[in-house]
Formats: sequence, structure tokens, C-alpha cells
Amino acid sequence: MASAMLSLASVSPSASLSTHETPKGKLKLGSTSWSLNKERNCLFAKTESFGRVSMVAAVNVSKFEGVTMAPPDPILGVSEAFKASTNESKLNLGVGAYRTEDLQPYVLDVVKKAENLMIERGENKEYLPIEGLAAFNKVTAELLFGADNPVIKQQRLATVQGLSGTGSLRLAGAFIERYFPGAKVLISSPTWGNHKNIFNDSRVPWSEYRYYDPKTVGLDFEGMIADIKAAPEGSFVLLHGCAHNPTGIDPTPEQWEKIADVIQEKNHIPFFDVAYQGFASGSLDTDAASVRLFAARGLELLVAQSYSKNLGLYAERIGAINVVCASSDAATRVKSQLKRIARPMYSNPPIHGARIVANVVGDPALFNEWKAEMEMMAGRIKGVRQKLYDSLTATDKSGKDWSFILKQIGMFSFTGLNKAQTENMTNKWHVYMTKDGRISLAGLSLAKCEYLSDAIIDSYHNVS
Amino acid sequence: MESQAGGSVFSHVPQVPEVPLYAMQAAYGKDSSPQKLNLGIGVYRTEDGRPVLLDVVSRAEQLLVNDLSSFKDYLPITGMPDFNRLSAALVLGADSPAIKENRVTTAQCLSGSGSIRIGADFLAKHYGQHHIVYMSQQTYGNHPNFFSAAGIAIKTYRYYDPGTRGLDFQGMLEDLRSSPTGAIVLLQACAQNPTGVDPTMSQWKQIRQLIRSKGLLPFFDCAYQGFVSGNLEEDAQSIRLFVADGGECLIAQSYSKNMGLYGERVGALSIVCKTAEVACNVESQLKLVIRPMYSNPPIHGAAIVAAILKDRDMYNEWSIEVKAMADRLMSMRQHLFNALRDKGTPGDWSYIIRQVGMFTFSGLSPEQVAFITKEYHIYLPSDGRINMAGLGPKTVPHLADAIHAAVTTAV
Repeated sequence: MASAMLSLASVSPSASLSTHETPKGKLKLGSTSWSLNKERNCLFAKTESFGRVSMVAAVNVSKFEGVTMAPPDPILGVSEAFKASTNESKLNLGVGAYRTEDLQPYVLDVVKKAENLMIERGENKEYLPIEGLAAFNKVTAELLFGADNPVIKQQRLATVQGLSGTGSLRLAGAFIERYFPGAKVLISSPTWGNHKNIFNDSRVPWSEYRYYDPKTVGLDFEGMIADIKAAPEGSFVLLHGCAHNPTGIDPTPEQWEKIADVIQEKNHIPFFDVAYQGFASGSLDTDAASVRLFAARGLELLVAQSYSKNLGLYAERIGAINVVCASSDAATRVKSQLKRIARPMYSNPPIHGARIVANVVGDPALFNEWKAEMEMMAGRIKGVRQKLYDSLTATDKSGKDWSFILKQIGMFSFTGLNKAQTENMTNKWHVYMTKDGRISLAGLSLAKCEYLSDAIIDSYHNVS
Repeated sequence: MESQAGGSVFSHVPQVPEVPLYAMQAAYGKDSSPQKLNLGIGVYRTEDGRPVLLDVVSRAEQLLVNDLSSFKDYLPITGMPDFNRLSAALVLGADSPAIKENRVTTAQCLSGSGSIRIGADFLAKHYGQHHIVYMSQQTYGNHPNFFSAAGIAIKTYRYYDPGTRGLDFQGMLEDLRSSPTGAIVLLQACAQNPTGVDPTMSQWKQIRQLIRSKGLLPFFDCAYQGFVSGNLEEDAQSIRLFVADGGECLIAQSYSKNMGLYGERVGALSIVCKTAEVACNVESQLKLVIRPMYSNPPIHGAAIVAAILKDRDMYNEWSIEVKAMADRLMSMRQHLFNALRDKGTPGDWSYIIRQVGMFTFSGLSPEQVAFITKEYHIYLPSDGRINMAGLGPKTVPHLADAIHAAVTTAV
């Protein structure tokens, strides 16, 4: 059977087609775009106007003949494109994975210590219960709410280990679909790109509330309150606990109070995504303040947690879904339902990351060490923000106010660059970032701040 | 809906009863009898009833923790490329034409369970109008749940023949024959759970022929590769038979049992396609299913597997440890058969040594099972499935006594 593989070398340069290599690994030849799938080393033709061109005359047609090539993930695809680039100046400001000043990945010392302890103990790898490692569930709840929080003391909290933030959000989504049919999730505009996918696949309807104000490069607080107020009673309101992704713009404590007011007024259910506890300000307690404020009002609420960033456990997929209920009886029932959703997804969750967290958070010495490492990571980000701001204000003579870089918090900064400007960042300056104008400061070193500021100034002023 | 001010917004949410197998585990845990035996859950145990951490796994973990160049950055959505490549080669054979022709797409998933769910979700989204899956009447308890969660209708085909304690082959063929064209067929590659009854190679050939002639789509669950014969290559023959004809299939692989990696949740979904182009498109769509479920899979188990599979010495060490586990299961079968034969327990117990893999379908009725649990503190599910790995030479006599009592007493 003839393969559909064609090599680039066979394309004649004298043909009346222009070639243009884009960072996504797509090669455009006239009206035909060729998708290069790096992992599989395959190259296939796809004509834009006429749909898929089948290069193979198959005798027996595939059962998946009608399956089309999906577009690459807008966030994860950026790293793939970065890896494909051979330019020396390239900078990966795409996905939010922490890098050292030398732009190397970082495994926390406490994590290494915990892993060594685990090996020394020679622990086996028996299945966890569906709800996950009990020791992990205990410490994760205490970390989030505080060990002496009434919701824990009164056993009104259902905690189930989930596959990091994504998996925990998905468990919640499936739970909402089943027990709150028709209820909407309100998500900020903008929000993390995968939120919509999660609720779509959970079959939960969603709508957006205003959040980012491009004029101020800050929070559109009036718009946010108005949209939350206008939503049908009993909606779920998705809030970023701290270090909003992608904007880096968080409500102030006073604004949080007002948000809680309107949520209470409309009998909405707060639904927190807490992916950066400790990473935003450097303090675990400070970063949990918004969640604790809502819990203190006696509200029932949901919280998805992730240890990807604050413990650097990205690939271990460790997080939790927490549901604060009015009674311990409700918490028991809710927990059983979350388990019922998890079981046909993956039976029971992975043990390794859960054990690491339980060991680090459960041991006072390791816990203190962790806090220090987290302050260091958050400190490096703050340092980079300062340097970038200084470079921008030193170089840009237009009088534009770049102070939003300092006001924003967490791993990300919303630069305010539009799609075309972002493309210029990538095509001309080899700075890889997401199309919404988000840069990950975790991928920026002090040494690269001047280069980045040049790129931003050029894109902002010379491209529209 | 209750308002926040008054009661709970969750007041209408009912309690889900505990999964029967887990409830059984809990009961076993509470039992204080020194003679208690856990023959319920499907995990391998030493002859002293202890969990096993394979030596080669310990070795691999030590290497990984000492490797200063290993990081915990997100894996790609479809997982670790080395792991995927090695897993496909393990199940299909490194020289499989399907692999050579780039017709296989492999995605690291959360063990066999996660692989089946991702496969089911993918099929629900992309496999046309054929939203129906046939599975053996006696099958792993969670199998129906993966497909119903994906929105695929479930039907069964006859499988276990209580009369022969073997395969109801004619029943199986009849039911597959009367299935609609294009239906998905879930097959267990070897060491069928719960019956321990596998088709012979000759029967597999007929199954394959029927499935291909009806245009059915085979979906293999391969959770026990190495546990039947002790040989990894041999236990993959059913799958390889299908792939050799150039046709398509899905394969869910698990390393839970054969590498003892249960809680690490490591496995792979491979989809063998007609052409390389289709495989590429399918892979891109798998990413869209995975990303909103958990973004990307957990690294630790996959790193262990890859380290073992890519190193010749470790691979050999692993093969030896798998064979030892398979041999011990066979040995327990022989012990139990001998014990019942020596006691003169009425009935034909030869099926115990005919059945393969981790489980034996004892043929005990639910009443007899309840009797055994109550009187002998032996825990097994009500369908009579015995986990042979839960037995040791010292505990076989206790089980034999229990079975003998159950079949000779009016229970």
C-alpha cells in the first residue's frame, strides 16, 4: 500500500509556490498546508479549499477514515514549536513551568529528599483507594483551609485526590453535570485555555464574566460584578484563588469581599481553581486568603488544587478536588459521588506524587524547607518582573505605562499584545508565547530581560 | 435547589453504595481471625500473602532518583515517547509491520482502565454510528462503566460455560455473528478476568475471521501479558494474530500486574490503523480527548517501565520475575487441585489446572461463597472468583477444607 509520506526535498524550489515555515511546524505551499507531526515524523497534505486529500488508494477503507487532523493545543503546542526552533535567541515563555535563572527545569530539594525517603522505606505500589491517598487528602485540605478550620473540624469537607488541577476540575465538572443539570459555570474572560475544554467535555454549559480590562490592563471590577449578578441564580462561579491565569491580575481583599457578597446574594456556588498557592506571594496562607474568606462566610464551595507549580510536581499529576458542604452527611454523600466519577475514568489515582506531597507537608522540617524554596521561586519571579519593568521603562520613550508588569502577580503576565503583535514576537524575535499575549515569567531570566523588552517594544509600537 | 442560607445545595445528592469488591476488602480488614484469607482483589501476592515490589522496579527507581538530569516537566499529552514506542513493541513485537509502517499510534494512559476510557471516549466521538460494544458476559467489573461513561451502549456475548467450566465457544460465535456490522468487540488478550478461561489459538483464529468478516472493531484489554505462560511474547499472540491481517484494532495495555506497578497507574492505548495518515489524525484527536480530562499522564510509572524495557539486562531480569510470578500461580493451581483430589471432594476439579492466569472461577454459588466467608474467614466475591495469588502452600489446605465443606454441606 502506498504510503502518504513525502519528503521536503522533493519539493522543487523553482515551482511557483512560496514556502513559509511557521513555528508550528506547518509548511504552507500555496493553498495546501502540510502538517509536520514531529513525534511521528510524518508529513501529510491537507488542501484548505477542498478538504482532505487522500494520498492513498486503500482497498479496505479505515474505520477512522473520517477522522481529521486536530489543531495543536494552543498552550502545549507553544513548547513543541519552541523545541522545533533552532534559533539561538529563542525564548520559551509559553507554558507555565518554572525555570531557574539558567533557564533549566527545577526539581525542588524537598522533593528529592522525599523521593529518597520513599525509596529507603521500600514502599510497595499497591492500588490507592478511589479517593486517593488518605495522608495526602488530609494534608492537602489542611494546607488549603488551615488545620483548625471549622470545615475540617466539623467534617464538612469532601476531599478526593485528582489528577492535578485539570483532573480535579474534570471530576467537579462531571459532578455538576450530573447533579446540577443545566446549571452554568461562569468563567472569567479571559481564563486558562483548558477551562472551556474541560466544561465542554463534561457537558456543562458555561458563560463568561468580564474580567480583564485592556484599557487599564487591570481588573474590570464593575463588569465582573455586573455579570455575576446577571447570571441565573445558582450558577457556579469559577474564580482563580490567586495568580490569575493568564492575566496575573487578582482582586484586592476588599474586592474579594464584594465578590462574595454578590455570590451570596444570587445563591451562586463559588468554584475556586487554586493552582498557585504559595507561588503567587511566596506565602501559602496569604495565597489561600480568598478561599478562606468564602469558607468563613459559611458558604458551600468547590476548590480544585494543583501541586504542579508550587511543588514542581508537574508531570506527577497531583492535586485534589475539595467540596465544602453544609453538613458532614452531605460531605460523605458528595465524596461517594466524586469516587463514582473517578472510577470509570482511571479506577484510582497515581501514588507517587501523592506520597511526595504527604511526606513534604506532613514533616515539619521538610515543610519549612519547602516554604523556603517556594519563597525563592516566587522571589525570582518578582525579581524578573522588576528587571523587565526597568528595561521597558528605560528603553521605551513613548511614555507608555508598563507598571502593570509589577502590579500583576504570579507566573504570568498579560502583556496586552494582540495576535499580530504576538506573532511578531515569535516570527521576528523567536519569543514563544501564547496568542492571547500571555508570557510566562517563570521562563524568563534576568539576563534575557533586555532582549525581551526590545521585542515587546518593537511588537507593541511597530505592529498592529 | 436549596439556597445557601438554609440547608445544603447538595441535599439532593444521594450516597453511592460502596463497590462490592471494596466493601469485601473492608470486611476482610476488620476480620480478626488469624486464619483469614483474602482471595478477592486482583493483585499479586507472595506465598506469605505480602505485596511485591519487583527487584527490577526497585533498581529502576534507584537509577531514576539518582539521575540528576531527570526532571518533572509536563509530559506531552500522549505521554512519554520512549515509553510509548517500547510498549507498542512489547505487545506487537518490535518487528511488527504495523509499527514499521507507522500505522500504530500509542498514547500513555492511566493503566488499563485509563486506556480503555480514553479509547471509549475517542470511539464515542469518532467512530461513526457504531456506538455499541460487545463484551463477555463475565468480565472485569469495571468494563461496562468505561463505556457507559463514554455514552456507548453495552451488550454481552456468551463466554463462560458453567457446565464445562470452560469456554462457550459456539455461544460466543453465535452472539458475535448476530451483532450489528461495525460493533466494537471487547476481548481480553489473555488470562481472562474473572473466569481464567482463554480461547485456544485455533479458537482465536476463528474469532478473528468472524470479527473481520463482519467488520467488527476489536478492542483488546491486555492486563496480564506474561501471566499465562510466563512468556511475554507468547501471551501476546492473540493480539498479534489480529494485527497480522493488516486490520485495525485498539489495545489497552496495563503494567499494573506484570510489573507490580498498580498504584503508579501506568499503561498505554495503542490504536492500529489502516494507514500511517489515519494513525496521525487519530493521534491528534486522542490529544483532544485527553487534555480536558487530565492534560497529560503521570511520569513516574512510565519512567520505570521505559528504563526496564530499554535495557537488555533489566528486561531479562523482568522476564525472569514475571515467569516466577506466573509459575507460582500455576503451582498454586496444582496445589489446590491436589488438595481437593486428595480429600476426595466431590466434583471435577480439573478446571482449576486448565484455567489460566491469576483467577479461577470456582463454580461456587453465592450461598456457598457466603458460607466460606462466614465459617472459614475466606474472602472472595460472590461470583466465586478466586485470586490464586492470594494463596500459599500453607494456606491452600484451609481453602480446600472450606470448599470441601461448602460442597458437602447443604448450604
